[in-house]
Amino acid sequence: MPRASLLDPQGQAVQHALQALGFSGVGAVRAGKHLVVEVQAANREEAATRARAMCDRLLANPVTEDYHVAVETV
Amino acid sequence: MRRVAVVVFPGSNCDADTLDAARAAGSDAYYVWHRDTDLRQPDAVILPGGFSYGDYLRSGAIARFSSVMQAVAAHARAGGAVLGVCNGFQILCEAGLLPGALMRNARLKFLSRPVRVRVEATDTPFTRSYERGDELTVPIAHGDGRYVADSETAALLEAGGQVVWRYVGENPNGSTNDIAGVCNAGRNVVGIMPHPERRNARVLGGEDGARVFFSLEARNATQHAGDMRAVDGRHLRV
Repeated sequence: MPRASLLDPQGQAVQHALQALGFSGVGAVRAGKHLVVEVQAANREEAATRARAMCDRLLANPVTEDYHVAVETV
Repeated sequence: MRRVAVVVFPGSNCDADTLDAARAAGSDAYYVWHRDTDLRQPDAVILPGGFSYGDYLRSGAIARFSSVMQAVAAHARAGGAVLGVCNGFQILCEAGLLPGALMRNARLKFLSRPVRVRVEATDTPFTRSYERGDELTVPIAHGDGRYVADSETAALLEAGGQVVWRYVGENPNGSTNDIAGVCNAGRNVVGIMPHPERRNARVLGGEDGARVFFSLEARNATQHAGDMRAVDGRHLRV
């Protein structure tokens, strides 16, 4: 997700489109990315640790983005 | 004659123009494939424009992990000259060789047109043939050209004279402080969003970008002859 301090023109464009469609009460919209990564891990903690390492190394740019990791069992 | 390595990634599309521009300035320019690990003793490395790896994930995010980038980083650490143009600039930022990052243009449109930039720093390997304050017309062609840096980094860039080019007249993409190009603290790694290689001859609409490439040779000439006219008698300022 683009950092809150940075201009997010995609989020703004979506916000304006929602307002133009008549959806009331729409506040700020931010547009980010949703990545689904399947990993084999012994438990959820290990899966989360590895996913965070992937975010730090490649999936997110710390200059411009914050990330959130959620683990689901498949 | 300087040896100039032009790195080719899958999706690079300004590699041939960049090679031609370097050769037109008198350099011994050659391609290096992204899988290569040997840059073959270059004086300068140029990462050209394009859409490496389709800009997937983020522009430059995947290219920065190419085998060749370890060699580029080692060359940069040793003080070697590195220039990233457009996608090359994005790759250098992703690799942490330059501060900041490049994000989607503020008005979301892909922009492909000439812009005006001012040369703000001439103590880099790629701008030493310009004079500070020179205003150039060079084309941009990018969707992700908005340079961003947090306020602390931006202040450091300004204080350290690391802003190399700045948009003048209009800021086309919403870049922080109208920044069009920066260098690292060591001043040997330089990134620029506009394309100097596309403006190196009158037939291309102007030659304002040519001195980026002549600068490499001028350094050579200055070292050896003390006179930039030594470089082919081309349009250099003495």
